[in-house]
Amino acid sequence: VETAPKPGRDVPPKKDKLQTKRKKPRRYWEEETVPTTDGASPGPPCNKKNRELRPQRPKNAHILKKSRISKKPQVPKKPREWKNPESQRSLSGAQDPFPGPAPVPVEVVQKFCRIDKSRKLPRSKAKTRSRLEVAEAEEEETSIKAARSELLLAEEPGFLEGEDGEDTAKICQADIVEAVDIASAAKHFDLNLRQFGPYRLNYSRTGRHLAFGGRRGHVAALDWVTKKLMCEINVMEAVRDIRFLHSEALLAVAQNRWLHIYDNQGIELHCIRRCDRVTRLEFLPFHFLLATASETGFLTYLDVSVGKIVAALNARAGRLDVMSQNPYNAVIHLGHSNGTVSLWSPAMKEPLAKILCHRGGVRAVAVDSTGTYMATSGLDHQLKIFDLRGTYQPLSTRTLPQGAGHLAFSQRGLLVAGMGDVVNIWAGQGKASPPSLEQPYLTHRLSGPVHGLQFCPFEDVLGVGHSGGVTSMLVPGAGEPNFDGLESNPYRSRKQRQEWEVKALLEKVPAELICLDPRALAEVDVISLEQGKKERIERLGYDPEAKAPFQPKPKQKGRSSTASLVKRKRKVMDEEHRDKVRQSLQQQQQQQQQKETKAKSTGARPSALDRFVC
Amino acid sequence: MTANRLAESLLALSQQEELVDLPKDYLLSGSEDEGDNDGEREHQKLLEAISSLDGKNRRKLAERSEASLKVSEFNVSSEGSGEKLVLADLLEPVKTSSSLATVKKQLNRVKSKKTVELPLNKEEIERARTPLEQEIFNLLHKNKQPVADPLLTPVEKASLQAMSLEEAKMRRAELQRARALQSYYEAKARREKKIKSKKYHKVVKKGKAKKALKEFEQLRKVNPAAALEELEKIEKARMMERMSLKHQNSGKWAKSKAIMAKYDLEARQAMQEQLAKNKELTQKLQVASESEEEEGGTEEKVEELLVPDVVNEVQMNADGPNPWMLRSCTSDTKEAATQEDPEQLPEPEAHEVSESGGEDRPVAEEEILLREFEERRSLRKRSELSQDAEPAGSQETKDSSSQEVLSELRVLSQKLKENDQSRKQKASSEGTIPQVQREEPATEEEEPLLLQRPERVQTLEELEELGKEECFQNKELPRPVLEGQQSERTPNNRPDAPKEKKKKEQMIDLQNLLTTQSPSVKSLAVPTIEELEDEEERNQRQMIKEAFAGDDVIRDFLKEKREAVEASKPKDVDLTLPGWGEWGGVGLKPSAKKRRRFLIKAPEGPPRKDKNLPNVIINEKRNIHTAAHQVRVLPYPFTHHWQFERTIQTPIGSTWNTQRAFQKLTTPKVVTKPGHIINPIKAEDVGYRSSSRSDLSVIQRNPKRITTRHKKQLKKSSVD
Repeated sequence: VETAPKPGRDVPPKKDKLQTKRKKPRRYWEEETVPTTDGASPGPPCNKKNRELRPQRPKNAHILKKSRISKKPQVPKKPREWKNPESQRSLSGAQDPFPGPAPVPVEVVQKFCRIDKSRKLPRSKAKTRSRLEVAEAEEEETSIKAARSELLLAEEPGFLEGEDGEDTAKICQADIVEAVDIASAAKHFDLNLRQFGPYRLNYSRTGRHLAFGGRRGHVAALDWVTKKLMCEINVMEAVRDIRFLHSEALLAVAQNRWLHIYDNQGIELHCIRRCDRVTRLEFLPFHFLLATASETGFLTYLDVSVGKIVAALNARAGRLDVMSQNPYNAVIHLGHSNGTVSLWSPAMKEPLAKILCHRGGVRAVAVDSTGTYMATSGLDHQLKIFDLRGTYQPLSTRTLPQGAGHLAFSQRGLLVAGMGDVVNIWAGQGKASPPSLEQPYLTHRLSGPVHGLQFCPFEDVLGVGHSGGVTSMLVPGAGEPNFDGLESNPYRSRKQRQEWEVKALLEKVPAELICLDPRALAEVDVISLEQGKKERIERLGYDPEAKAPFQPKPKQKGRSSTASLVKRKRKVMDEEHRDKVRQSLQQQQQQQQQKETKAKSTGARPSALDRFVC
Repeated sequence: MTANRLAESLLALSQQEELVDLPKDYLLSGSEDEGDNDGEREHQKLLEAISSLDGKNRRKLAERSEASLKVSEFNVSSEGSGEKLVLADLLEPVKTSSSLATVKKQLNRVKSKKTVELPLNKEEIERARTPLEQEIFNLLHKNKQPVADPLLTPVEKASLQAMSLEEAKMRRAELQRARALQSYYEAKARREKKIKSKKYHKVVKKGKAKKALKEFEQLRKVNPAAALEELEKIEKARMMERMSLKHQNSGKWAKSKAIMAKYDLEARQAMQEQLAKNKELTQKLQVASESEEEEGGTEEKVEELLVPDVVNEVQMNADGPNPWMLRSCTSDTKEAATQEDPEQLPEPEAHEVSESGGEDRPVAEEEILLREFEERRSLRKRSELSQDAEPAGSQETKDSSSQEVLSELRVLSQKLKENDQSRKQKASSEGTIPQVQREEPATEEEEPLLLQRPERVQTLEELEELGKEECFQNKELPRPVLEGQQSERTPNNRPDAPKEKKKKEQMIDLQNLLTTQSPSVKSLAVPTIEELEDEEERNQRQMIKEAFAGDDVIRDFLKEKREAVEASKPKDVDLTLPGWGEWGGVGLKPSAKKRRRFLIKAPEGPPRKDKNLPNVIINEKRNIHTAAHQVRVLPYPFTHHWQFERTIQTPIGSTWNTQRAFQKLTTPKVVTKPGHIINPIKAEDVGYRSSSRSDLSVIQRNPKRITTRHKKQLKKSSVD
C-alpha cells in the first residue's frame, strides 16, 4: 500500500504531528474537507513538465515560507489534514467512509503519461503483447503516483489583478511595493551604479545569487536576498557578459579579449584563451557546458566539468551577439543579421534548423522554459512569438514603437522586452499558453537604456541591468512557486550544495546527446537496424525471420500422394493470395473514400438551396 | 570581351542619338501647325467680309496683328486682307456697268474651257475607268514608275538630286574605305584571338583595364555625366557577371584545377584568384541608383520610422569602429562628387550629336547616316575651297583620326544591325515620307555591298544578339530586382520550370509571412527618444539605408534553402562509358539514349520535414553522435521497432519519477541476501546435458570446488 509522501516544506512538522496525535472526535465535515481539497486544487503545474517534486528532507522543512505577492489580500488557506487510513481502521474499528486510495483527477494523470498511443502498432504476438501491457501498466502506475504527489506543490503563484476596467500596466512599482509584505517589498531595489556603464546580470540557478558586470569592468556577485556582497572587483577590461556556472561558486565573465572564470571570492581561476572576443554566454546546467558566442563568428562549447572544449562551430554568419538557450532540449539559438535564427547543437557542424524570422537583423531571442515558444525581435521593430514544436511558424506578431533590444521569458511564461529605457512585460492566459501581446501586463521605466534582463528563478522578481545600474523589480506571477529541493534549492547550505554538485556531476548528460527532440533518444535507430538485418541476411544466405513456406504434413492411407500434396500446397498459396488481394482492395476503397471526403470538404460551398434537395 | 564592350558603347551611342532626334520632330510638327493657323485666319476674314457686304464700308481696314516698325498713312499693308494688290483692281472703274456683265461671264466660261490635248493630261489619265487600267495604274504606283512623264523615274530623279557623279564616286570610296577598315579590324581581332599565349592575353587584358580606368578617371574629372554613364555600364557588366557563371570555379578549367588543387599549391592559388576576381567583379558599386531607392520605398517608410535608438544600440554594442559608418561616409563624398547635374552639361562630342536615331526607327537611322555623309561631304567641299583642291584620297587620310574610325565603325555596325529590321518594315513604311523616298536608293546601294560576304553573317549575328541582350537588360532595369533575378534563373535550369513556379508560390507565402502588417502595441510608457540634430539623424538614416541596400533577406534565404534541398537529394548514378559502342573523343557526348539507359535513378527519399514551411530549413542529416546512443538491435519478443519503442518511452530515472515509483521501477528481479554464497552457474542448472569431457576440464581447473553432484556424475561416467 502506498503511503503518502512526506509533507513539503510549507507544512511545519510540528503541526503535522499535532494533527496526527489529536484523533479523538472525528467530525464528519473534517473528513469531508480532505478529498475535496485534493480534487479541487491540484496545485499549479510544476516547473518542468517532466520534473516531479519529491518530498523534502526534514532539514529543509523549517525553511521560511516564501512570500508571494498579490494585490488583493489572499484568503488564508485552511490547514491541510493528512489522512492516514491505516491508523483509522485499526484503532476505532469504524468503517472507512472512503475506502481505497484517494481518487486522482484524470487530467493530472494524463499530464505524466508519456507513451504515445496515437500510433497504431502492427499485429503482435502474445508474448510481445504481454510486454507491452506491462509497460503500459507501469506507466499508468508511475503517472498516478506523480499525480498524487502534486499535492505537495502547495504554493500558488502570485498574480496581479486590476479592479474592473483597471489596466494592470498602469500599476507602478511603488504601488506594488506598498501593497505587499515587507519581505517581498525588500526584493524591489535599485543599485545606482552610474560609473561603470551598462550592466549585464545573471541569477544563479537557485535564484539566490546575483552577478552583474558593467561594461567598464565592474564585476560583482551578491546574495541579493540578504544583500550580502560576495565579491566585487574591477577586471580593468570591458565586460561583455557574465554568467554563473553550475553553482554560485563559479562565475564566467566574457571580457574584451578572453573568457575568464572567477570564484565567489573574486579570484581568477582560469583564463580561457581559446574563447576569445566572446560576446554572449549561456550555461547548459545538465550538460555542464558553457556556450560562448564570439565576435569571430564561432560558437564554442566548453565543458566546465573537465575543462575541455567540446565543439567549436563556425556559424558562418558574421559577428554573433544574439544568443539564448532552449531549456527544454539545451539547443542554442543564435540570431543573425540576415533575419534568421539558427539552432545549434555541439553534435552537428551545421545548424539543426534555420528559421527566417525578420526582414532586418535579429536583435534578441528568448525561449520559454517549456521549450515551446520562442520570442524574437528584429530591426524591423517587430516582436514575434514562434511555435517551436515542429512548425516554427509565428503565432503572434506585434510592431513595437521602438523594437525590443532584449527579451526574456520567466519560468511561468511571462515575456519581458527591454525597449530603450522601458521594460514591458506581457502575460499569457495560463502557464502553457504563449504570452498574449495585446496588452502589457506591467511596464516600468528605468533610469537608463536596458542592457540585460533576466527573471529570477523561483521569485517574482525581474532583474534589469541598465546604464544606470541594476534594478530588481517585482513582477507578480513570474516565478515558479514550488521548487525542487533536491534540484535547485534556494535555501541550501554549503554542504548541501556540495552534495548536489557531486550528484549533478554523476548525472551529467553527454554533450552529444543534445538534439532538437530529446525524446528521439528513446527511439530505435531504424537505419542501422535495417542495415544490420540486411547484412545478416547476406551473411547467412537466407532470411532467418522470413516466414517458412508451407509444408504439408504427411498423411496416411494414401492421402499423402504427390498430387494431393501439391494440391494442398496450392490451396494454402491461393488462400494467401486471396488475402492479399482482399487487403489491397480494402486499401483502395479507403483511399477513395478519403479522397471523396476531401473533395467534398474542399469543394464549392453548399448553397442555401441545397437543403431543399435532400 | 572586346566585342562586348564595343556593343555596349554602340548601344549607348544609339541611345544618345535617340535623345537628340526628338526636337527635330517637334520642329516638323510646328510648321504644320502654322499652316493650320493661316487657314483659320483666312476663313475668319472671309466671314467678316461677307458680314460687311451690306455695309458701305466694304473694305475694312487691314487689321494689324503684329507691331510694325512704321505705322503711317502711307504705308499700305495688304496683310490681313489675304489678297494681293492687283493692278487690274486699281484700274477698274468704281462702278461696274451691269450691261457688260453677261458678256464677261460668257468670256470667262470660254476661257475656263480647255482644249483637248494629246497625250492626255495627267489628271485625265489618272481617272482610270476600266478595271484593266486600274490594275495597270496600281502596278505603276507600286513600283514608283512615272505615269505621266516617262523621262525620269522618281527614283532616278532622287538619285540625281542626291549626288553628282563626283559625289557618288567619293561616296563609294568612303564606303569602300569603311568596309576595308572593318575587315582590317576584324582580321586583326581574329589574329589576336588566335594567339594562344595566355600571358599575352593577360597582359592585353590588364592593359585594357588600366586604360579604361584611366579614361574613366579622366572622364570623371572632365565630364561627370559621361562618367556616370560609364559607371552604369560597369554596373551592367557587373550584372552580367553575376548572371553568368564565369569565374565561379565552375568551368572546365576550374574543374580540372579543383582536382589538382589538393596536391598543387599553384592550382589552389589560381582557383582562389579566380574566386577573388569573381568577388571583385560582382562587388557592388556604392552609388545608389534611383531605381533602387524607389524600389525600397516601402522599406524606407519603415526605416524612416526607425528611431535612432537602434543606432544607439549599435554604437554601444560595437567596440571597434563601425564598418557601416565608415562606408556611409565614403559613399557620401562619392555621391557628392558624382551628383552634379548631368543634363546641364554639353554633349561630349559634336559629331555624336549629329548621329541620331533609335533602334525602333530604322528608316530614320538610315536617313541620319546619309545626312552624316552629306555633312562630311560639305565639310570636304569647304576645305577644298580653302585649300586649292587637293586630291580626294589624300584628304581622306588626313581627317581619318582614330576617333572617326571608331565612330564610323560603330555607325556601320549599327546600320548593319538595323538593315534586317528596316527591310522588314520597308513594305509598310515606304512612301510615307518623301524624304525617305528620296534617299532610299542610296541605302539600297549599300545593302548588297555590305551583305556580300557570307562570313560576316556570323559576326553580325553576334553583334545583333549582343544588342538584343543589352536591350533586354535595359528593359529590365526598372523592374524590381527580385523578378529580374528570377528571369535570370529560369534559363539556367529550364527543366525545373514547374518547380520554380512552386517556389514562387512559396515565396509569396513567405513574403506575406514577413510583411504582414502587425498591429502595433499600445504602451503606456513610450520609451524616451533622445533628440538628435537633423543632420545626424539624416546621416543615421542614410546609414541604415546603406546597411539594408543590398539586402534581400527572403531571396537569400530561399536560395539557401534551395541549395540545402539540392544537397540533401540523393544523387543519380551515371554509368555511361563515353566511347563505348560509338565514337568517342573530345567534345563528343554519349547519345541521350545511352545516357538514359545507364542512368541509375536514385530513389526518392522521404519528404523533407520543412517541405511546407517556407521560412524554415531543417537539417536532415543524420546525427551520428546521438545515433551511437540509440538502440540498434531489436530485443527478442519484438518484431517491429514501434513495439519496442513503446516499452522504453517511460523514463525510469529519479529525475522524472517520484521516489517510490523510481524504486519500484528499478527493483532488481533477483534479490540476494548479503553474505549469501552464490555458486557459479553450471550447464546442468540451465538444463543442458554436459559431456564428460567438459566436466573433467572444469574439475581439473578447480578441483576443490567439486560438488557432491559432480562427484556422483563422475562416478557414473567412470563406471560407464
